[in-house]
Amino acid sequence: MREIQKNIVISKNKLAKGTYEFWIENELIARNAKPGQFVIIRTSEKGERIPITVADTRDGVFRIVVKAVGKSTIELCMKDEKEQLFDVVGPLGKPSEIDYYGKVMVIGGGIGIAAIFPIAKALKNAGNVVTVILGAKTSSELILKNEFSFADKVVVCTDDGSEGIKGTVVDGMLKEFEMEKPNMIWSVGPAVMMKATSNIASEYNVPIWVSLNAIMVDGTGMCGGCRVLLRKEESGTLKEEIKYVCVDGPEFDGRYVDWDSFIRRLQQYKEEEKKALEKFLEKVGDISWL
Amino acid sequence: MAVKDRIPVPELEPSERKKNFMEVSLGYTLELAHQEAQRCLQCKVPTCVSGCPVGIDIPGFIREIVRGNLKKSYEILKSYNYLPAICGRVCPQEVQCEGACVLNKIGKPINIGALERFVADFASQEGFDDEGGGFATFDSIPYILKIDPAKVSALRSKKVSVVGSGPAGLTVASELGKLGVKVHVYEALHEFGGVLVYGIPEFRLPKEIVKREVMQLETLGVELFKNIPIGYAIHPKELLERYDAVFVGVGAGTPKFMGIPGSELNGVYSANEFLTRVNLMKAYRFPEYDTPIKVGKRVVVVGGGNTAMDAARSALRLGAQVTVVYRRTEAEMPARRAEIHHAKEEGIEFLFLTNPVKYIGDESGKLVGVECIKMELGEPDESGRRKPVPVPNSNFVIEADIAIEAIGTESNRFLLSQFPDLKTNNYGYIVTNEYGQTSIPKVFAGGDIVTGSATVILAMGAGKKAAEGIVKLLTE
Repeated sequence: MREIQKNIVISKNKLAKGTYEFWIENELIARNAKPGQFVIIRTSEKGERIPITVADTRDGVFRIVVKAVGKSTIELCMKDEKEQLFDVVGPLGKPSEIDYYGKVMVIGGGIGIAAIFPIAKALKNAGNVVTVILGAKTSSELILKNEFSFADKVVVCTDDGSEGIKGTVVDGMLKEFEMEKPNMIWSVGPAVMMKATSNIASEYNVPIWVSLNAIMVDGTGMCGGCRVLLRKEESGTLKEEIKYVCVDGPEFDGRYVDWDSFIRRLQQYKEEEKKALEKFLEKVGDISWL
Repeated sequence: MAVKDRIPVPELEPSERKKNFMEVSLGYTLELAHQEAQRCLQCKVPTCVSGCPVGIDIPGFIREIVRGNLKKSYEILKSYNYLPAICGRVCPQEVQCEGACVLNKIGKPINIGALERFVADFASQEGFDDEGGGFATFDSIPYILKIDPAKVSALRSKKVSVVGSGPAGLTVASELGKLGVKVHVYEALHEFGGVLVYGIPEFRLPKEIVKREVMQLETLGVELFKNIPIGYAIHPKELLERYDAVFVGVGAGTPKFMGIPGSELNGVYSANEFLTRVNLMKAYRFPEYDTPIKVGKRVVVVGGGNTAMDAARSALRLGAQVTVVYRRTEAEMPARRAEIHHAKEEGIEFLFLTNPVKYIGDESGKLVGVECIKMELGEPDESGRRKPVPVPNSNFVIEADIAIEAIGTESNRFLLSQFPDLKTNNYGYIVTNEYGQTSIPKVFAGGDIVTGSATVILAMGAGKKAAEGIVKLLTE
């Protein structure tokens, strides 16, 4: 069994500035991970545990896409081929509810595109008509676009208009809605993007799965640090519920997520994150090459 | 011989220890241990043994201390309990072995816990385990486990998997390992020990000691695998196919929240999260370690158990002013007396008959206060305990930037959700017979996942029983 979990970086590719794709050797995760699930990685002996979505699997290896935004993600992005990752645990979380829904819209923003890739593929294999909406700040930051050729339609949105629609995925989403309302939506990306797309889904009364990128520690339902408040109106009364993202999710219907408290909870350790990053940069120096 | 007073165990001074996470109890020296051991009356029918959930031959190991034969003393301890340095530190001895000591009738009981700890620490210092293959051969084991020695050899070809490396799982692994069973332990976290590594703080149980005792299992041929969440990385069905028996010891690690308004505010923690960050992730050494923790100036801890005491004393060591609020009175607190005493010595405030009703946040979503209500004790409930009832219009606010809820945990459904054939009760705990056997004959369970949150030693007792049950199954 020890042999099964090698956690060795088999290949590494730079997808955009500061964004890397890794294929990692881990028989158990490769064999068992389903779309929507994640792993938790610890990059060093004194490292923290960070959740990262599994973006694909094939024989004995699984794929992740990481954007270097803080100490741990930068350290991870600095790993090279043949290096071993310190701790990798997974797959974790509930898989996406892949089924036949008819017309499905799948929205990915930033590195959220990597997370929606296995979901969109599985939805297509389940016979759905899949429209994919991809968003990035600029054309050079748009990742994995070519891998979505299986989709029935791919709509690209960039903030600066360097490719596709000028605007965010919300603009692309609304344009599609003008033509035909989907039966089901998936939306994965930064919290503000998931909130905005959920608001539209709410307006049009379409269910929308979002994958919450909460702060986690164990990822197995043991601490509740990733908890999220859900609000749902049922037969006239407001029902409030606390759910754990790691075991009850990570996917929830975005229409019922209390986005304000969720986004605030993401900011909890901002000062500490800054401090950890500064200390790390002192050690490793310039990382503009990443 | 007149019964002398119990020999006190040296401790760090409160003023010094509240600034760090060093172990509070320094333990006996050889000389002090010898003096304390001499107080033991060596009862012919020792009542202390009946108070120990794993039935350690207490007069036996104490007798060897008196004789100065510490190696023999350690051997006796280890034949009953593979984790003596841990148990000597964290068992609630006052309600177990020491509570049953005959000396209680005329004075203070023998400090059995401190003696157990002393022998285990001494053995490690002297490297007893490393000499000549350690204590892997136990002639007395079949006898202790009530197994026909002729059947022991049959066990050498058997394979058992243990899910969860907490006290219950580690006990099963050591008991079966001693008999030559091939044992594989699967742990979802990146360290072994369960609550011993994520829950109990360094100042009560140094993590180095946990590591040392857990790694001892490898001398028995037990193999330990970390980072494997059974149910997700390996399906339970696969375990059933590959192993002759499976032990489930996944604990009751899911924290409960009171569910009062404001629970989602920044600064509100479950004790599990707070303690996991501090103990497992070593957040108290941030930024040397990457995991952060919010320290806070004023901390309110809710609850009256050991977890509440651990959280409160950890928050204090991070530099906060700490208030514990508990809805009943001090007399009803489930925490160990020694821990309450230590907490008070270190300057933690207690507000009894007080219960939070609401968390108050500022405009940025940060906790600024805890609104509480005064309680009074009403009529006794079914369990005989007087039920706390709120006093109308007695609300008041405690200013606080951190609140930690330590009101209990519930069944960890992580694995159980993938194991639908396993029969559970209304509370979500696994149903077993007295040998820990579940509704699936090859599957045994024990510890908190069967009883709900209890103590380390009760989980070990359950592990011992389950090991016996597994042996029965495998030798039938």
